Amino acid sequence: MSLSSADISHVKGIWSKAKGKGGDLGKEALQRMFCSSPQTKTYFAHWGENPQDSPNTAIHGKKIFDAINDAVDHISDIHGALSKLSDLHATKLKVDPANFKILSHNILVTLSRNFPSDFTPEVHLSFDKFLDQVALSLAEKYR
Amino acid sequence: MVHWEDTELSAIASTWGHVNQEEIGHEALVRLLVVYPWTLRYFKKFGNLANAAAIAGNASVRQHGKTVMGAVDQAIHDLAHVDQTYSALSKLHSDTLHVDPHNFKLLGNCIEITLANHFPGEITPCVQGAWHKALEVIASALSKRYH
Repeated sequence: MSLSSADISHVKGIWSKAKGKGGDLGKEALQRMFCSSPQTKTYFAHWGENPQDSPNTAIHGKKIFDAINDAVDHISDIHGALSKLSDLHATKLKVDPANFKILSHNILVTLSRNFPSDFTPEVHLSFDKFLDQVALSLAEKYR
Repeated sequence: MVHWEDTELSAIASTWGHVNQEEIGHEALVRLLVVYPWTLRYFKKFGNLANAAAIAGNASVRQHGKTVMGAVDQAIHDLAHVDQTYSALSKLHSDTLHVDPHNFKLLGNCIEITLANHFPGEITPCVQGAWHKALEVIASALSKRYH
């Protein structure tokens, strides 16, 4: 399900609103993920019993949104842009790739909440497709 | 048997009290059909669904969104017994409508995104968690009578 020129335009459009707010938005997406899908907390046991309350959510949230920013900036070569991150997830982090879908959903909820008039069904479609591509790239080196 | 905390039940009831069921149902269904276009297979009798604008303007889509929210309303009012409440509805989706149960999760996701869109101040991470649980319970209940 490759990205059309309309998809690219939609992704870049909504991302221009999110740019610069990676810490807050990333933190919100992670907190939403932890509250809705508590099994995801297993990857963050080192943050303590309630990772959603840890200051690490803002730090880690920003890292995630910075990586998504790289993918947006190199949207015609997401695999290339995220190659090193794919190595990391495959060889060191070993996050079950099923969880990428869960985080993606919570990123969509976060964007919808923060940019309600911009997050139309068409933009929702494009960003969902884009995050699918990001997830595929992250899982590329797994096996 | 699902265990519900009082905080979860009151969060859900509080949001639901503000919801315009027709409006939220319509938008959630439009998002489902636009974002996951393979779901259009179940709505061949609805007429023109050629693009996002046609889907949003389609009267049958609007009516169906209202129907779906009516069923969600029934579940919300008795979250401890959704399996029983939805027994006939589950059989209908399995034996007559032949809906892939994965679609219930997709629609649940669209409902969450629509609620966050309309109630940005209210749908905190914890409130979303309660809704996510309710929508999972609803999806599970709808799948129960499948064979």
